[in-house]
Amino acid sequence: MQGAEVSEAATKPARARAGRPRAVWALPGVLFFAFFAVVPMVLAFYLSFTEWDGLGDPRPVGLDNWKKLIDDPRITQSLWLTFLLTVCSWLFQTVVALLLGVWAAGKQRNRAVLSAIFFTPLLLSSTAVALLFYALLDPNFGIIQKDTLGSSSGAFLAIVFVGGWQFMPLHTLIYQGGARQIPQVLYQAAAIDGAGPLRQFFSITLPQLRHTVTTSSVLIIVGSLTYFETVLILTKGGPGTDTAILPYLMYEAGFKSYDFGYASAIASFLVVTATGLSLLLVRLTGFGTMRSTREGM
Amino acid sequence: MSHDTLPRPAKLREPSPPPGRTSRARRPWTRRANPVAGLGSLIWLVVVLVPIYAMLSASLTRQDQLLEGNPLKPPPDPTLDNYNTVLNSGFGHLLANTAVVAAAVVGLVLVLSVPLAYVAVRTRNRWSGAAFRLFLLGVAIPAQAVVVPLYLLIAELGLYDTLPAVILPTAAFAMPVSVLILTGTLRDISEELYEAMALDGASSLRMLFQLVIPLAKGGISTVVIYSALQAWNGFLFPLIFTQSDGPRVLTLGLFNYVSQFGVNVPALLASVVLSGIPIFAVYLVARRALVSGLMGVGGK
Repeated sequence: MQGAEVSEAATKPARARAGRPRAVWALPGVLFFAFFAVVPMVLAFYLSFTEWDGLGDPRPVGLDNWKKLIDDPRITQSLWLTFLLTVCSWLFQTVVALLLGVWAAGKQRNRAVLSAIFFTPLLLSSTAVALLFYALLDPNFGIIQKDTLGSSSGAFLAIVFVGGWQFMPLHTLIYQGGARQIPQVLYQAAAIDGAGPLRQFFSITLPQLRHTVTTSSVLIIVGSLTYFETVLILTKGGPGTDTAILPYLMYEAGFKSYDFGYASAIASFLVVTATGLSLLLVRLTGFGTMRSTREGM
Repeated sequence: MSHDTLPRPAKLREPSPPPGRTSRARRPWTRRANPVAGLGSLIWLVVVLVPIYAMLSASLTRQDQLLEGNPLKPPPDPTLDNYNTVLNSGFGHLLANTAVVAAAVVGLVLVLSVPLAYVAVRTRNRWSGAAFRLFLLGVAIPAQAVVVPLYLLIAELGLYDTLPAVILPTAAFAMPVSVLILTGTLRDISEELYEAMALDGASSLRMLFQLVIPLAKGGISTVVIYSALQAWNGFLFPLIFTQSDGPRVLTLGLFNYVSQFGVNVPALLASVVLSGIPIFAVYLVARRALVSGLMGVGGK
């Protein structure tokens, strides 16, 4: 036990070490994550050079799966679809959630009540939401008495809309939290300078929310790859292959056609695309610079 | 945040605004009614409520009456039969499995992520930096991309068609975001508090339990909510790693209802409503924690 009377010099080493646990504490978490996420990722890459039907042992086939991937017209279409889905989801969710979130950051009573209602879609699982819209878009029973899911553009827009409908509350909350942290003094100063609401939004709110936009965008980009269950339930990739995004093609190749080698090639391609996109976003915006909330305020 | 208290020159406090805008320009922006934003939020209210209303209404409608009317009309002859049908087809079992998965995932994520975030924030060396970057990258790994090799690993471990086959990968994929949330919170604990405890001779372990965990409550509750939602929503892992009725979870049960109740739309929607009730109950009790937790994600 060191008392408070110990001299400044004697406490220095203790201070420097204060609350610095040994790195070994991080080991269980790192190993667990590595085993269930990183090792499989490497394994997927290895399996992409093999032929494997899920039984027996994977047989090395060199670049066959990758050649097939390059020649497969569904992959080109699917890549374009995945990209389009990500961009459309990002636009839809970012614009609406940003406006709703900034609006909800205010303090009026009706905002709290409305925000609570806006939250409800998030309480249903993606599966439940997909089933709900599967029923509501039914041409015989549904709200819109048209075969929405039967047309390519209808099915695509339905997926964008359903994903947005479900995840909007999350992003609205994220923006609401971000907007609440913007110092009011900035707005007071802008109002004094005679800036109107529109000018204030573009000159203060938007720049102040740039980190929030990044967080939300990373989640939307990774999230739009997980619209897998929405696609599986709503459209089964159809009509034809017009909504078969990459994860869906991977699922079909692996767990429907038992071509796990080819599925792994698609999966590896998916990892590279997703990681590349996220890294780009993180780099462009400085999300990874380990900033705390307090710094820079 | 000392800006607020700084006295401002009188000249700036009394600007000469354009005529007719005097009162508006001085009020803080958030208190001001914004008709455009208000209208926009009302439109979104309709977008949110119409599907929910149509679902509730249809789930209370007798199947033979469903095709007769407009889905936006209230049910002519409300009935709970559809709910009975779903409850009698093993719904409780699905719910229990999902609860077990959610609890186990939350427990695993906390036990593994809290010490990890503590190390990442306090111990700045090569290894902790590398660990942090691993999780930063991990955010971008889509679960779909690793499901084939995971299937191989799960089968090799003899876990195929068991609840751990769902729990373990779900927890692993909830970790990156959890670690990011926790490191964000832990960074705000001030150096002086650690020093004060060090002067009292506290070990790192005691600091973890008496300083870090109590002060990181906000971040920890966000992680609890986030990982519980991940477990609750999980579909792909249960779809691929389980097969029989025994370890079936709610989402997969719902998916199976499509083939079971395929033409029975009211029963299908009743099952969707029922699947939302448990988490809705949690929401009613823990609304504040739930909302402020999720709000904190973007505050960084």
